[in-house]
This record gives sequence, structure tokens and C-alpha cells, in this order.
Amino acid sequence: MKKDIILSGVGGQGILSIATVIGDAATNAGLYLKQAEVHGMSQRGGDVQSHLRLSHDPIYSDLIPQGETDVIISMEPMEALRYVSWLKPTGWLVTSSQPLINIPNYPDTEALQQELASQPQVARLNIETMAKEAQTPKSANMILLGMAAPYIEIISPEDLRNSIINFFKSKGEKIISDNLKAFDLGYNTTKR
Amino acid sequence: MTVHKLLLGDEAIALGAIHAGLSGVYAYPGTPSTEITEFIQSHPLAKERGIHSRWCTNEKTAMEAALGMSYAGKRALVCMKHVGMNVCADAFVNSALTGVKGGIVVLAADDPSMHSSQNEQDSRFYGKFALIPVLEPSNQQEAYDMMSEAYRMSESLRLPVLLRIVTRLAHSRASVAVGTTSGTNPLAPDEGKHWVLLPAIARKQYVSLLEKQPALLQLSETSAYNRLEKADTEKGIGIIACGIAYNYVKEAQAEGLAGVLKISQYPLPEEKIKQLAAQSRAVLVVEDGQPVVEQDVKALLGCDYPVKGRLTGELPRTGELTPDNVAQALGKKRQTAPGAKNVVGRPPALCPGCGHRDVYTALNKVAAEYEGSRIFGDIGCYTLGALPPYNSLASCVDMGASITMAKGAADAGLWPAIAVIGDSTFTHSGMTGLLDAVNDKANITVVISDNLTTAMTGGQDSAGTNKFEAICLGLGVEPEHVRVVVPLPKNMEEITRIIREEINYKGVSVIIPRRECIQTLNRKLRKQKQQQQ
Repeated sequence: MKKDIILSGVGGQGILSIATVIGDAATNAGLYLKQAEVHGMSQRGGDVQSHLRLSHDPIYSDLIPQGETDVIISMEPMEALRYVSWLKPTGWLVTSSQPLINIPNYPDTEALQQELASQPQVARLNIETMAKEAQTPKSANMILLGMAAPYIEIISPEDLRNSIINFFKSKGEKIISDNLKAFDLGYNTTKR
Repeated sequence: MTVHKLLLGDEAIALGAIHAGLSGVYAYPGTPSTEITEFIQSHPLAKERGIHSRWCTNEKTAMEAALGMSYAGKRALVCMKHVGMNVCADAFVNSALTGVKGGIVVLAADDPSMHSSQNEQDSRFYGKFALIPVLEPSNQQEAYDMMSEAYRMSESLRLPVLLRIVTRLAHSRASVAVGTTSGTNPLAPDEGKHWVLLPAIARKQYVSLLEKQPALLQLSETSAYNRLEKADTEKGIGIIACGIAYNYVKEAQAEGLAGVLKISQYPLPEEKIKQLAAQSRAVLVVEDGQPVVEQDVKALLGCDYPVKGRLTGELPRTGELTPDNVAQALGKKRQTAPGAKNVVGRPPALCPGCGHRDVYTALNKVAAEYEGSRIFGDIGCYTLGALPPYNSLASCVDMGASITMAKGAADAGLWPAIAVIGDSTFTHSGMTGLLDAVNDKANITVVISDNLTTAMTGGQDSAGTNKFEAICLGLGVEPEHVRVVVPLPKNMEEITRIIREEINYKGVSVIIPRRECIQTLNRKLRKQKQQQQ
């Protein structure tokens, strides 16, 4: 099996944390992995993305070819739409529905939500609000990872949970349990 | 025992260098090369062995220090982004003439598509120019493995070795099998006179460098990194795939190929290329960056042999390779969904609360009062002042050019000529230009926007921190025209008044708005909070 994932968002939203958790889980599961990240200038509030390729067989390209992505995981709705041409016809788009408007020409949000809703396979939730309501305001990205978990397939949700524990190990019990709670919150909305 | 580690290409290089017995890394931060030095700085073995890893003032001082370490018999690494090669070119090219004692690897990280750069120059040209071996890893594992090999090669040929990577390898993670570590070289300074490049000696050294070339070629011909993979199809297209281009070629799974020649070591293996050409009806050169190999292959195979690539339009002339443009060049057509409608660009911007914002607010206010004023920019976060909402900058060319361009424009009669330069960029390449301006009594106003760090690349130490007033005074700027302000909205009246005063002063003035980078400040505060808990 092979799963190609694009992580997207705006610089500072924490997509590299999601990538690190998935990367850790994939490594522990003995999968082949390539993960192309964006560093440098675009991290200053610009659009950021990471290509994450997981496979039981060796992987060549660090980048995913267009039209071959299984899951887009996005912290921001317009940033989710930016990569639809990378998505497989059967691919899933998992995204936060909350726009981050830091540019003057951001598209009409209603038209944006409509276009998002019209995608063939899409899961969207206002994860920022959910995180606040669950009193784990800094864990929106883990809600998103939970939502995406059923579509990642090649790694079990249990392995992802273990890697969340690894990732937040140095931050103490409270932060670990907040992030696991957030993950479960997202997972419960999409699990099949 | 072999251990597997998940490493960025940059980290694989860093660990490879440490394991090869590195004694010092010399570098100036630059995307996509920064993480190499950072990895070494935080590695326990580097601390234990006392590996030098402090940031240098610029790439030239880095290259020269590495040469000194090599003279003393130890292994050194020099790291930079591609445009840093221009800064260190004098020392770099001459290091092929002096030769090395301890091994030197020069790491140039190219940035095709200019993700974080002002050009997409190809560092392989520099290797060819200097007549030294060039290695170009195709993946993270090769990047790690090549470091030990590169140091051995450097010491046996007594030449520096250039290692060329691109952004997509530098910033991509994969699992790397890492080996054990070798010890460092002992202190053993060279005794020879060949380090003194007086014309009489340099002429001999140049002949000796040319005499080494057949050995370099032979190493390339037999290198395990240059591999000809035969295919079944007789007289199909032959592919030359350099560095990471090999991955995109394999990814495409194209049929009807006569063979794939993977190239990761230069000078080009001429016999292998001729062998591929003989079994193919045409050769397609797939290389990231500029058409360096394509031109050489064209020259090697003669004008009648069809050579395709970036120059003939099979691949785009500009920008990085992708699995998509390589697949297309190999004749694979893919159906992809059209892009979404409700998507616009989201360019990077200065952080909320950043001191550079206040600097531009003040500069724009004052500049608007003077007809014909121009603000010359430089390289760093503050280059974003060229974009809306500020639109402040007339130029951004290379490290330090703000001061010297303002001076040249002032020489031509332009007034007010204002330069904006960051603290780290000023010490990198701005100081000498300021001395020119002082000596010429140029009528310019220099703004050194000091955020106490090298912010653009993630907050590395800045060489001049706490020294800027002293540097400016030492270079001869009049004490009453070195002004320090704190860039905050509440100080706007004072800042704009000072800018006006210094524009009206006929001569060189320096204004230093100083406030810590909001990113490094927040990081520090978070760390403090964590320690208190």
C-alpha cells in the first residue's frame, strides 16, 4: 500500500507538527517515508505545504505528482482548495472550515465554502471553535489529524495516538492528554 | 551496527560530516542550507569533540577559515546557499590552486524556482570553473554516505570537493541508515610553500591542478554514484538523470527507454555518456537547475547527435524539476483535475508586532515629504517592505547593496538616498560599503534595522550584536550622526524627526532602530515560562 498526503495551511498554524506526528508513526510502523517541507521565507504568514509519502515499498520522488494525492489535510479552507489538482479522483479533502484572512484580496468566503462543499470527498469542521469548546485551544491541529486518521489507512489511529504521546512527551501530562482528547474528538466525527 | 534515522537532507549531510571526523563547520545562514550547521551545533558529539560550529560573518570568512583548518591538517565543512558561492568565490577558486591538507567539503545548496532566493544559479558551474570534483546526491542516504567519501577524495586528491544539493533534497526527510563515527585528524600543519600563491608558485600549482584532471575523470567513470541502468528497448531514448532528477525519472516509470544514466559525480563520466548515446537514438538530459550537463553533453556528442533537455524545450528552461514536468518530458500524459476557482496567492508578510514595520511606517511618512527620494533595500525579512502595504523599496540585489547603491545614486545626484539594511546583512557585506561612503563623504542616510538576530533564516546569532555604534564610529561616521531609536508606534514622532534631521544633514548618517525580533523574543519567553514550570 502507498499513501500520498499533502499537508497545507498558513505559516505558523502547526502543519509541521502534524507532519512530525505522522512521520514518527510511519517510522515506528516500519514504512518507507519521504516528507518534503517548506522552510524559509514562506513561513512568514504565507502559504505553506508539506508532501508526505508513506509506502510499504521504496519511494523515489520527494514530491507527489499531480492527481495522485490520497488525502489533503489542511488547517485552512482556501489552502485546502489550492491543492485540489494534486488530489486523486477518489482522494479525500480534510480541512478546517475557518478562513484565516491575512490578505486584502481573500476570496468571498461564501463562494469559497460552496466550492469546498462541492468537492467529491470532503470532511470539514470548524476545528478552531471545537478546540476552544473542548478547552484545548492549542490543539486544533490534532483535531484535524484525528479527522484525517481514517483516510490515512496505512497507519492505525492507535499508532498515531502513540506518536502524539511521543511528540508532546517533554511538555507534560496535561498537554499530552489535551492533544489525545483533541485527536479523539476529530476521529469520532469521521471514523467509519 | 546500523541505525536508521529520519533525517532532512541537510541533517544527513551534517551527520555524515560529523561521522567522517569533522573538526569544524564554517557557514553563514542561508535557505536551504541553514539546518546543516544548526544540526552540528546541537549534536552531542560536536560538543564532546569541540567541533567548531559558530556562525561566520559571511561565506568568504567561512571559506577562508576552513582553508586554515585544512592547512592545519583537519577536516572542515563550509556551508552556504548558492548565492553565497559568489561571496566566497575568490577563496573558493583559489583553494583549488593551494590545494588542501585536511579534507574540505564545500556545500552549496541551490534553490531552483527561487523559493527563498533572488536567482537560481547552478553551483555545478563553480565546480567546473574551479576544476574540482562535484558530488550531487540523489537522496538523503547518498547525502549521508557521500560525506565520508568526499573527505577521503579531498585528502587523496588534495583538492576541495564541492557537494551540490537543491532545496527539495535539503528540506525533505527520509530514513537514513547511519554508520559509525571516525576520529578527527590530528593537528599537523602543512610544510609546503604551495599555499603562497605568488605568481611563480601559482603557475606551478595551476599546472599541477590541470594534471590532476585525468584522475578526476577516472574517478567519475568508475564511481558507484554514476550508474548506467540498461533497459530492454533498443534505440529508444536514453536518459541522463543528475542528482534528484533520477527520482523523478524513476517515479515516471516511462517505457521505451534505451537506458538511464544516473549521474551524481562530476566531471561528467564521458565514456558512460558515449556508451548511453551509442545505444540510444537521442539523449534527454534531466537536471535540476541550469542546463550545465546538457551543454557539455551536446559538446561531447557532437552537433549531429540529438540532445534534449531544458535548452530544447522538452523541460522548462526555468524553475525546479517536478515529477510532473519530468513525466511529461518522458512522454507520460496525466489527467489532473483543474485547479479551484476561489484561490489567490498568499505572499509572506512581516510578522505582526515586528520592528521593521515601524521602520517602514516612519520611512514612508518622511520619504513622502521629499520629492525624488528613494529607499534602497537589502536581503532579509525586511525585503518584504517592498510588498504592500509598504511598497517602500526601490531595489534589492545582493547582501550589502543597499548602502553602495544609495551611495552610487547619491554620487549621480539623487537625493534623498536612503539605504535600509538589517544587522546581520550589515556585518556580512555592508561595512565595507559604508567605509566607501564615509571616505567619499556621500550624502546618504543608512538605516541599520537591528533586530538582534539573523531573523529570515530562523533566528541565528548576528555577528555584530552590541557592536554597531562602535563599528560605525570606527569606520568614520560622525558621532552626532549615529542615532539609535526604538522602533515602536509610540516613538513615531521622535523617529520621523530623526530621519528628517539625518536626511537634511549633508553627509553619511546612520540611524539604528533597535528592537528584538518578535519571533526570537517569543521563543525566549516561552522557554523561560517552561523553565519556571
